Amino acid sequence: MSKLEKAALGEPAVAAPSDTDDAFLSVRDLRIHFETDDGLVKSVDGVSFDVKRGRTLGIVGESGSGKSVTSLGVMGLHRSARAKVSGEVWLDGQELIAADPDDVRRLRGRKMAMIFQDPLSAMHPYYTVGQQIVEAYRVHHSVSKKVAKQRAVEMLDRVGIPEPAKRVDGYPHEFSGGMRQRAMIAMALVNNPELLIADEPTTALDVTVQAQILDLIRDLQKEFGSAVIMITHDLGVVAEMADDLLVMYGGRCVERGPADEVFSEPRHPYTWGLLGSMPRLDRDQTDRLIPIKGAPPSLINVPSGCAFNPRCPYADIPKDNVTRTVRPELTEVGERHWAACHMSQEQRERIWTEEIAPKL
Amino acid sequence: MSDEKAVSNPEQSGTTLTKDSAADGEILLKVTGLQKHFPIRKGLLQRQTGAVRAVDGIDFEVRKGETLGVVGESGCGKSTMGRLITRLLEPTGGQVEFEGRDITHLSVGQMRPMRRDVQMIFQDPYSSLNPRHTIGTIVGAPFKLQGVQPEGGIKKEVQRLLSVVGLNPEHYNRYPHEFSGGQRQRIGIARALALNPKLVVADEPVSALDVSIQAQVVNLLDDLQEELGLTYVIIAHDLSVVRHVSDRIAVMYLGKIVELADRESLYKAPMHPYTKALLSAVPIPDPKRRGAKSERILLRGDVPSPISPPSGCRFHTRCWKATEICRTTEPPLAELRPGQRVACHHPENFEDQQPQDTVLLSVAKEAAELVPTEEAAEAEAGGSEEAPEAEAGGSEEVPESEAERAEEAPAAAGEAPGTVASAESSAAATDDNK
Repeated sequence: MSKLEKAALGEPAVAAPSDTDDAFLSVRDLRIHFETDDGLVKSVDGVSFDVKRGRTLGIVGESGSGKSVTSLGVMGLHRSARAKVSGEVWLDGQELIAADPDDVRRLRGRKMAMIFQDPLSAMHPYYTVGQQIVEAYRVHHSVSKKVAKQRAVEMLDRVGIPEPAKRVDGYPHEFSGGMRQRAMIAMALVNNPELLIADEPTTALDVTVQAQILDLIRDLQKEFGSAVIMITHDLGVVAEMADDLLVMYGGRCVERGPADEVFSEPRHPYTWGLLGSMPRLDRDQTDRLIPIKGAPPSLINVPSGCAFNPRCPYADIPKDNVTRTVRPELTEVGERHWAACHMSQEQRERIWTEEIAPKL
Repeated sequence: MSDEKAVSNPEQSGTTLTKDSAADGEILLKVTGLQKHFPIRKGLLQRQTGAVRAVDGIDFEVRKGETLGVVGESGCGKSTMGRLITRLLEPTGGQVEFEGRDITHLSVGQMRPMRRDVQMIFQDPYSSLNPRHTIGTIVGAPFKLQGVQPEGGIKKEVQRLLSVVGLNPEHYNRYPHEFSGGQRQRIGIARALALNPKLVVADEPVSALDVSIQAQVVNLLDDLQEELGLTYVIIAHDLSVVRHVSDRIAVMYLGKIVELADRESLYKAPMHPYTKALLSAVPIPDPKRRGAKSERILLRGDVPSPISPPSGCRFHTRCWKATEICRTTEPPLAELRPGQRVACHHPENFEDQQPQDTVLLSVAKEAAELVPTEEAAEAEAGGSEEAPEAEAGGSEEVPESEAERAEEAPAAAGEAPGTVASAESSAAATDDNK
């Protein structure tokens, strides 16, 4: 990377205090619905969050909870003919949902970039890795192919690919899974994006390679001071990476807060369920896991009231059947920590400390 | 579960097991020197130009009623191993014995009666069920194939099986696409259990499922084992799941077993450097431990190709402890501690097997990067090149043996001050674990 570019990027923002005004990305009430033959699929139904420069937001949830759709929505990658997108996405003071698609396209790749889960299908098999990185660079920079290729080699080197000058002419299939993921990270970062969205970046990889990739993302974030959104279903990965955490269920956010707090004092039964479902290496062996009963809801017929109520063991605690009729809104349960549950603060606190936490 | 033949000869199995001190329970499956090489053919004449050595000489046994977990990175041959012991693939060499009977080279016809006793659960619940068959047909197929007429008819038995695995028996006439991933996996399990098998080989049974569903299926496998006295071989890449379900665990690397131990020893005090690196790479779901976990061992690069595996110890190209002998001599899988077999010249948490050989290979210095977290970095100011205890086995030999090595090998002993720090950090980490 040239010095000029580094200067243009400015100083990496220092981890800022909790003030939403300085958020780099601010998503407000994002809704993404798809019209299908079976009915309206409400993939994302009112999600709000902020990410600051230099910080990492982890989005967790099961498959079909809307986490990937959210990220594609932020990137403006939904076809307008198919998807109904509403809400606001503010990126560095610019609103994207209502903006001209051409303007958004100019930002994509340059200001915000994405790492996809499966590098084999995200990279074009017909072009060399170098060609694809060069293309990504030349779209946003008017430089010669030679300069762009140099830049590609630089990036491949930066993400830890051995012999980058040689590998730049290799095809994606000649790379191993971990290398391919690195190449894709190089492609995403070639324009020094200020927002990086990583959608399950390590799910297809082995643990040892996963550790390498997570380290790489962390290093690069430190170096460039970008904001990172990390989408995953692996609570271990978010615990290692995320500063803040957003738990999604049925297209909505059920809990949001600083990662430390969400892990130590979760305030939503679904979060408890996720924590109880996973065997953990850092704890003593337990006899049984505590699964969540049932299966994730259909996004066409989301259960009325709280979407989690059919699977929630505590659905009958709030009075008047309110869990089945009224949809709970996010309420503040701690500093910068929100959860959407009908149970009172005290009830949840008691259940967590007395019933759930000891069994984990 | 009536297996007269198996119950009748515990003495005999005792004799075959003389060396294995941890042996209780008889051996159901015994594998010796098992190999599978897939030929690579090239050219017009399809001449064989090489072979992928997917499984290259492994020995282990599975005892009745236990669960053996098999872990390793993709490409280490664990799935091939699963297919060899169920005889879905023909072994290139070695021997597979099931209940004392050699089944290595049985023909398809000869194998058929055995298929009742050995069943398999597959990874992908979407491709392992025929979409054009109803659940009733799928789960009932084993009865038809084996010519078994269960009491009360096949339909009744299938419905019983469905309720055993937690599905609604009324779903008998539904098709696979009407079920979710977790439910499909239950159907696969019901099919595997239909004929009361003795051994169930599960290849990544939960890796395609969501976390919450994963827990349901893991619990189901647990319950079934208790109720039916099943023996499992569970192949998985997720170390936390494997720890949860297994009694003993085999760690595979490039077609070989590098460590085979009971669960407690393996996770508390892994001896093979690879096991240790693997364990330290697992992300821990607790943000507060980001600092507490003293260090991670970050292996460089990828697994070498099984077409031409490295000489000597196959891990030597990525191992930070590798010395000359690792390149030349393959370490045997030896029982260093009761119930813990390791193939390594310089094991962790144990005395060095080749103390005279101390000069590190040059690759070893770059093979793995130790990534200290910020807090740990301060404590580790010495900057040890060796791997201090990330997982803190709580065994005292560790720091000693490392100190020994450091003294004896001034060449490799830039880390002499670091060794002290590593002892401290391991002590600290032990405290943490408590």
